[in-house]
Amino acid sequence: MNRIDRRFDDLKKEGKKALITFITAGDPDIDTTYDIVLALEEAGADIIELGIPYSDPLADGPTIQASSQRALAKGIKIKDIMDLVMRIREKSDIPIVYLVYYNSVFKYGIEKFLEDSKNAGVDGLIIPDLPLEERKEVLDVADKYEIYLIPLVAPTSKERIKAITENGKGFVYCVTLTGVTGAREEIATDLEEYMRLVSSYTSMPKALGFGISGPEMARKLKSLSDGIVVGSAIVERIAKGYNRCEMLKEVKEFVSSLREVL
Amino acid sequence: MKGRFGRFGGQYVPETVMNALIELEREFEEAKKDEKFMEEYRYYLKEYSGRPTPLYYAENLTKRLGGAKIYLKREDLNHTGAHKINNVLGQVLLAKRMGKKRIIAETGAGQHGVATATAAAMFGMECEIFMGEEDIKRQALNVFRMKLLGAKVTAVTSGTRTLKDAVNEAIRDWVTNIETTFYVIGSVVGPHPYPTMVRDFQRVIGDETKEQILEKEGRLPDYVVACVGGGSNAMGIFYPFIEDKEVKLIGVEAAGEGIETGKHASAMAKGSVGVLHGMMTYLLQDEEGKILPVHSISAGLDYPGVGPEHAYLKEIGRAEYVYATDEEALAAFMDLSQTEGIIPALESAHALAYAMKLAKKLDEDKIIVVNLSGRGDKDVNTVAKVMGVEL
Repeated sequence: MNRIDRRFDDLKKEGKKALITFITAGDPDIDTTYDIVLALEEAGADIIELGIPYSDPLADGPTIQASSQRALAKGIKIKDIMDLVMRIREKSDIPIVYLVYYNSVFKYGIEKFLEDSKNAGVDGLIIPDLPLEERKEVLDVADKYEIYLIPLVAPTSKERIKAITENGKGFVYCVTLTGVTGAREEIATDLEEYMRLVSSYTSMPKALGFGISGPEMARKLKSLSDGIVVGSAIVERIAKGYNRCEMLKEVKEFVSSLREVL
Repeated sequence: MKGRFGRFGGQYVPETVMNALIELEREFEEAKKDEKFMEEYRYYLKEYSGRPTPLYYAENLTKRLGGAKIYLKREDLNHTGAHKINNVLGQVLLAKRMGKKRIIAETGAGQHGVATATAAAMFGMECEIFMGEEDIKRQALNVFRMKLLGAKVTAVTSGTRTLKDAVNEAIRDWVTNIETTFYVIGSVVGPHPYPTMVRDFQRVIGDETKEQILEKEGRLPDYVVACVGGGSNAMGIFYPFIEDKEVKLIGVEAAGEGIETGKHASAMAKGSVGVLHGMMTYLLQDEEGKILPVHSISAGLDYPGVGPEHAYLKEIGRAEYVYATDEEALAAFMDLSQTEGIIPALESAHALAYAMKLAKKLDEDKIIVVNLSGRGDKDVNTVAKVMGVEL
């Protein structure tokens, strides 16, 4: 059984919601990323979304763009990230999904990317620029390696949700808003209506992500979904440039505060 | 396959914009068949932009080179000074038809930005132009022109701060304001249906050229030569000739300081297949698919990719892609200015540079048509700087 399924099953039994936390691999460096992942787990994260830094992250807002640039400036390679996951796997069984732009997968070689991800211990992929119309090739190879290609839906998806979530695996990533990633003060979308629509098409677990800035917002959204994704709000804390100890402490405190409300 | 040119093209975009692309495709297909829409489009091409543009026999240049006859398709004589307006008028009319009130565009050299700001002013639409911070510095004149026309110019500070990043930022804005905003892409790039749509709005260049050369010479040309950044002027002039196998189609990319130096923008010569801005095509990228910085003296060719239909024409061998360096383009820029009294855009000077080399090798009974895609007024500062002249 895929680690993602197991985690959603467990959470359901406990009556809790999934906390999915995003960080960019290699920001500020690979060794610190390793520590952050373990800290996130300790603070109560259920799934780690590990961003593979890319030169042109067009679904991301300024916070994650800057994070990507910092990681790339260090010369990080995809191989380093695969090795990182392997190291994490020696210590932890937390579900890990990559957030990766399609050109990184394509250029690495779709088959090789999935094979290496499998060997490293990756459970799923989120590819923000690979919509329904283009996903078949990757989906077939992902199935072969039993890695989940997480389907994404948006408030503009409407009737497309049916085809997007058909035979879907893992969870549905429900983008909360029309826009790019980044913590917001509030989210204008009518999320109740939106999530009702998603639920009418699929019984898969649903996670809400984009714009979620902290525990207050998470508390408001929890009744609408099976989990929430927090990214930029964590990356901002990593970027503050404290010494490593302080930074890890602040990230842990923040993630614990999210855990408490979910 | 829909939206594909062989294996190239596609729609590699966030889910948020997929329904908008589907709607755009439907509207465009309907508009193309709507005689009233096409009539309005042709009306503005003629009355507003001044089409048809002449096909001018460059006699002085031809005689001096002593080879093939050179004809220039004078896209530089369009309103706003380049072929960009052909596509912009089509897309803005489409935006109007779809009830959109706000238009956005990316720009490199500023030509597409100026054309978009111009159409927005005429049709009374809100307009925002995304431009890399580096390009804003290089093209101060065009930035001011856009502002005069009432557009908001937003500096893009992400990535390499040039055209590629301006496209990223325009896409991000579009994702955010998808309900109200129409994204006017300036070249035959981006996700389907843009490459097809932009080509169809630019094919007027090739349609006119065909008619004009038949009238003047009673036959089709042997070569059609055009510069390629994203490739809209080239696609526009090539497209009506694709079935005429005897006409050789040549696209000229920017070789910058030389393709061996790494400082160039020749995606066809040195790139590999990948995905950027929603399309699969040839790109300048590293072994992990990260997009590489590019260089050209002409900001309009300073793009790491190329339109997917060009990638396809290369793959099936229908068109040939070559390159010209900054230096060669500058020499052609001077040459045309002094022999014909026409100051070409630095972009177009790349096509001219190659055509001049070619003409010398050919017999006098051969015919070359060069797409003179834009005029060089905007480049005068750049050229003066290279020459060490203080203006």
